[in-house]
Amino acid sequence: MLSLFLVMISAYVLGALAALLSGRSALARALVAAAAAVGSGAGLALGALVIASGVPLTFTSSRLLPITGVALRLDGLGGFFLVVVGLVGCAAAIYAFGYSAQYAGRYSLRLMGAMFNLLLLALSLQVMADNALTFLILWEAMSLTAYCLVLTEHDRSGTVRAGVWYLAMTHAGFAALIAMFLLLSGADLTSSFASMRAGAALLSPASRNAVFLLALFGFGAKAGIIPLHVWLPMAHPVAPSHVSAILSGVVIKMGIYGLVRVLLDLMGGGPAWWGGVVLGAGAISALLGVLYALMEHDLKRLLAYHSVENIGIILIGVGAGLIFHSYGLMTLAALGLISGLYHTINHATFKGLLFLGAGSVLHATGTRNMEEMGGLIKRMPWTSLFFLIGSAAISALPPLNGFASEWLVFQSLLGGSNIPTPEVAVVMPLAVGMLALTSGLAAACFVKAFGITFLAIPRSSEAEQAHESPPSMIAGMAILAFACVALGLAPFVVVPALGRVLTGLGGLPDTHAAFTLNLSLVTPNNFASMSPTLVALGLLVLLGLVPLVMLVFRVNRRLRVSDSWGCGRLGQTPRMEYTATAFAEPLRRVFAELYRPTKELSIDFHPDSKYFVQSIEYRSEITPWFEKAFYGPLLRFIRRLAELTRRLQSGSVHIYLFYISFALLILLLIARWS
Amino acid sequence: MSLFAKILRTPTVTEKLTRGDTEAEVEMIARQIDGRARRLFGRSLHIREVDAGSCNGCELEISALGNPYYDMERFGLHFVASPRHADCLLVTGPVTRNMAEPLKRTYDATPDPKIVIAIGDCARNCGVFKASYAVVGGVDKVIPVNVFVPGCPPEPIDILRGLLSALDRLPRERDQI
Amino acid sequence: MKGYLLEISQALIALVLAPGLVGFVRWWKARLQGRRGAAPWLVYYDLRKLFAKEVVISKNTSWIFRFTPYLVFSSTLAVTLLIPLVAAPLPFDRIGDLLLVVYLLLLGTFFLALAGLDPGTAFGGMGASREMTIAAIAEPTIALSIFGLAVGAGSTNLGRIVAETLAHPSAAISPGHLLGFAALFTVMLAETGRLPVDNPSTHLELTMIHEAMVLEYSGRYLALIEWAAAVRLLIFFSLLANMFAPWGVAATLTPVAVGIAAVALVAKLAALGLVVAFLETRLAKLRLFRVPELLAVSFVLALLAVTSSFLLR
Repeated sequence: MLSLFLVMISAYVLGALAALLSGRSALARALVAAAAAVGSGAGLALGALVIASGVPLTFTSSRLLPITGVALRLDGLGGFFLVVVGLVGCAAAIYAFGYSAQYAGRYSLRLMGAMFNLLLLALSLQVMADNALTFLILWEAMSLTAYCLVLTEHDRSGTVRAGVWYLAMTHAGFAALIAMFLLLSGADLTSSFASMRAGAALLSPASRNAVFLLALFGFGAKAGIIPLHVWLPMAHPVAPSHVSAILSGVVIKMGIYGLVRVLLDLMGGGPAWWGGVVLGAGAISALLGVLYALMEHDLKRLLAYHSVENIGIILIGVGAGLIFHSYGLMTLAALGLISGLYHTINHATFKGLLFLGAGSVLHATGTRNMEEMGGLIKRMPWTSLFFLIGSAAISALPPLNGFASEWLVFQSLLGGSNIPTPEVAVVMPLAVGMLALTSGLAAACFVKAFGITFLAIPRSSEAEQAHESPPSMIAGMAILAFACVALGLAPFVVVPALGRVLTGLGGLPDTHAAFTLNLSLVTPNNFASMSPTLVALGLLVLLGLVPLVMLVFRVNRRLRVSDSWGCGRLGQTPRMEYTATAFAEPLRRVFAELYRPTKELSIDFHPDSKYFVQSIEYRSEITPWFEKAFYGPLLRFIRRLAELTRRLQSGSVHIYLFYISFALLILLLIARWS
Repeated sequence: MSLFAKILRTPTVTEKLTRGDTEAEVEMIARQIDGRARRLFGRSLHIREVDAGSCNGCELEISALGNPYYDMERFGLHFVASPRHADCLLVTGPVTRNMAEPLKRTYDATPDPKIVIAIGDCARNCGVFKASYAVVGGVDKVIPVNVFVPGCPPEPIDILRGLLSALDRLPRERDQI
Repeated sequence: MKGYLLEISQALIALVLAPGLVGFVRWWKARLQGRRGAAPWLVYYDLRKLFAKEVVISKNTSWIFRFTPYLVFSSTLAVTLLIPLVAAPLPFDRIGDLLLVVYLLLLGTFFLALAGLDPGTAFGGMGASREMTIAAIAEPTIALSIFGLAVGAGSTNLGRIVAETLAHPSAAISPGHLLGFAALFTVMLAETGRLPVDNPSTHLELTMIHEAMVLEYSGRYLALIEWAAAVRLLIFFSLLANMFAPWGVAATLTPVAVGIAAVALVAKLAALGLVVAFLETRLAKLRLFRVPELLAVSFVLALLAVTSSFLLR
C-alpha cells in the first residue's frame, strides 16, 4: 500500500513538472495526461485496498515531509473518497489528452497541466489529512488550484467574474472552517483527529452547536448547498470540461467528506435537530437546484445546477442518517449514511460523464447553447450514447446507478416511521415528497437536455458540421459510462463496502452483512428488497424475446423511410422543431411563483405602414432570487462599509502617524490593564 | 347527476344497417381491393379524412357517421389523428391546386396496405367545380382511388354502405345486422 | 417451480386482458352515449391489423425512435412480472418493490418522450414536454401513496403489502387507506392519459398529451406502444384493486385459489373500468394548466393519508 501511495504522489508531481517544462506539444499533453491517469489509478487502487482490508494506512511526517505538523492517515472513509477521486480523475485525465489540444497556442497549457495534476494531488491528500493544519493547508491548495483552472479561458467574458465569485465564496467557507477547527481542537491546530475525537465529547453544547453551524457553512459553501450555491453555476461552466468534471464530480464532494468526517466521526453525532437542518437544507437544495436547472439552455450551466440538486439528495441521505443516529437507531443511521455515500460516488460518475459529454459537444460545435444544437446523434454516435447513459443514470432510471442510490435514500426516509417522536417523524414524508418531485423534474430536464441537443434536426450550421470526438475523449467517457453501469448492477458489492467504511465512525456498528442477500439489496429489518441485476437481466431477456416472438408470428417487417408527418406541409426547417425554452415552458408556468419570469417584447414595424412587421424581439428571463434578495443587499452593504472605511485614508501622512500613535497608546493601555 | 338520469332514460338509438336499395349505385369500384387487405381491414379500419378543397358538405355528412344513429364504431371503423395510424384515406372535394401536393404527401405518409375512398361527386369528377381554374381534377388524378361513393353530398347511410361494401362487409340479405 | 410458472402466466394474462380492458372502457363509454359502440374484443383486431402493416418512419429520426417501442413494451411487461395480479407473494417479489415499479414505468415514459422529440416535429415536442411535466408533478403523490402503504405494511414489497391488508381487513377502511386510494386514483388518471387529464380519443393535436408523442409511429411499432399503454392501464387498475382491496388474491398456489383469484381480478378490473367510463362521460377535459392543481390536490390527500397512518399507528 505504501508503494501505491508513493506511485500516486510521484506521478502527480512528475505530471506537474512535465507540464511546466514542456507545455505545448502533443507529447507534453500525453505525458501530463498519462501522469495524471497513473496517479489517479494508483489512488483508486489504494482506496479500494484500504476499504477491502479494513486496515488504515498511517504515515509519520518526519520521514516524508519537511513541514512539521503535517499528519496523514488513510482510513475507510478517506479510502472511499480516494476511490471517487481516482475514478473521475483517471477518466478526466485520459479525456484531457484530446480535449486540451484546442487550447494549444491560445491559452497556457503549462499552467493548465500543472494545476490539473496539483489539484488531483491536493484532493488525494485531502482525504488523508489527520490533523486540522494538514486539512486546512490542503483545502486551500485545492481551492487555489481549482481557481487557476477555472480561469484557464481568462479572456472570455464572464470567466473572471466567475473566478472572483468562486474565490470569495470558497474563502468565506475557509474562514468558517478555520474557526471550526480552532473550536474543535482547542486552539491547537496540530492536534490529531484522534485527540479531537476524544475532546469533542467534552465540549459544551454551545460549542458543539457552534461547530455544527460553522461546519455546515464552511463545507456547505464548498458543496454548494442553497443559499451558498451561487458560485457553482458561474464557475463550473466556464472551466475547461475535464476540469468541470473534476469540480462537479470530486471537489464539491469534499464538502460532503468534511461534513461526514466532522459531524459523524469527530463529533460522534449530535442532537436530532442537526440531522434535521442537514435534511432540510438537502431537500431545499435538491428541489431548487432542479427547478433552476430546468430553465437553463446553456448545457454546462444546466449540469452545474444539477450538481446542486444531487448534493441536496446526498444531504437528504446523510441528514436522515444523522437523525436516526441521534435516536440510537444505528442500523437505520448506517442505511441513511450509506445511501448518501453511495449517491456521492454515483453522482461523481454520472456527472463527470455528463460534463465530459458536454465538453465533446462544445469541442464539436463551439457552443454551449442548446438552442443551436440538434441532430448530433447521427454525427456523434458515441458521445450521444454515453450522454444518454449519463442522462438515464441521473434521472434514476433502473437498472443504472442513480436508481440504486435513490432507492436507498427513499428506503432510509421510509424508515422514519421508527422514530419515536411524531413531530420529527412527520418530516420524513415531506422529504419523500420533495425527493420524488426532484427526481421527476430531473427526468424531465434530461429529456430536454438530451433530446434538444442530440435528436431531431440541426438548428445551426455548427451543429450540421459537428464531428465525433477523438478517441481519447471517447475513452474517458467510456470509463465513466462503464462505471455507471457497473455501480448500478452491483449494489450488493458497493453497499457492504460502504458498510465497512462506516464501521466505527460515530459508534456505528458493522453493518456490512445486514444489507445484501445473494444478488438483491435488502434493507434492515427486511423492510424491502430489490435486485437491479436481475431487473437488468429480465429487461435484456424481454428485449430479445419480443422481436423473436414477432419474427415467429411473421409480423410485417417492412420499413419505409419518408418525411416527418407535418400535416402535408411542403417542407421542414429547423425552425419548426421544439426548442429548449418551449420544452420547459409548461414547467415555467406551473412554477411561475418561484421563477417570476419577466417579459420584454419589442416589435419593429415597417417604416411605411404599421401593419407590416419587420422584426420581433422577445426576451424573457427568470428572476434570480438568491442573487437579488440575498447577495445583492449583502454586496451593497459591504461596498458601503468599504466606502465608509475609505474615509480613513485621507492621504495625509500626519493623520496616519496619529493613527499609529493612537493604536500604540491603546495597546499599551490594554497591556497595562490585563 | 341529472346527466346520468337522462342517460338512463335515453335508450340506444343506433339504427340497424340494411343493405338498402339494390338497384341504386352505392359505390363504384375503381380499383379492386385485394382479398388480403379486405380480410385485414374487415373488422378494424382506421380512417384518415382528407379535405382536398371541398365545400364541407361531404364533411358534415361524414362527421354524422360518428353520431349514435349511424355509429360507425360498431363496425370497427375509427377516425385517427395521423395518416401514419391510418389504413384508409377518405378524400372529399375536387382536388384544388393548393391541396394536390399535401394530398400526395398524406398518401405517401400512410403505411401499406392502404385503400383510398373518394366521397362525393367532386372527388369523382369535380362536380359543380368542373373546369374551374383552381382545381386539378378528380382525386384519381392525384392518388390511386379504390372506391368512389357518388352523391352531392351522399347521405351518411350511403357513405357507410359504400365503406362496408368496399370491405365486403355489407349484409347479404335485406334487414341484416 | 410452480411460482415461476405462475409468474410467467401472470404476465401472459396481463398481455391478453389488457386490450380487452381498453375495449371494455371504450364500449361502456359508447353505451353511455346512447350508441352501440365497438365491441370490447375489436381492439384485438386493431392490434392484429397493426402488426400486419408496414412501418413508415421519418428520415430525421435516429435509432432511439426504432428502439423505444421495444423498450416501452419490455419495461411495461417487466412490471407485470412484479405486481401481484392473481397471487402474492411470488418468487419475483424479492426482485422489485413498488418503487422499482414506478421507476420502470418512468423509464418507458422517458424514452417515449425522447422518441416524441426525435422526428423534429412540433407536435412530438409538445407531447413530450407535456407528458414529462405531468409525470414529474405526479411523482410526489405516487411516492407518498407508496409510503403510506409501506408504513402500514412494514415493507415496500408488493407481496407483503397485499399479505398485510389480507391479514388485517380493518386496515382497509382506515383513513390512511381511503385517502391513499383517492390520491392514487387521481394519479392513475394522469399517468394513463384518461379524462380529465388527457382524452385518449381526441383528434385535436393541441389538446393531446400522450397521443402527440406517437403521431409518427405506424405498423408494428404503433402496435407495441398501444399494447404497452393498455398494459399500463391494467397495471394501474390491478395495483389499485389488489393493494387496497386484495380479497380474492391467492395466498397459496393451488389451482382453486388461483382460479378464484383470476375471476376476482377480472371482476375488479371490470368494476374499475366501469368507474372510469362513468367519470370520462361526466367530466370534461381540464385545461392543461389546471392539471397541476388537480395533482396538487391529490398530493395533499396523499400527505394526509401518510400523516394519519403515522399518527394512528
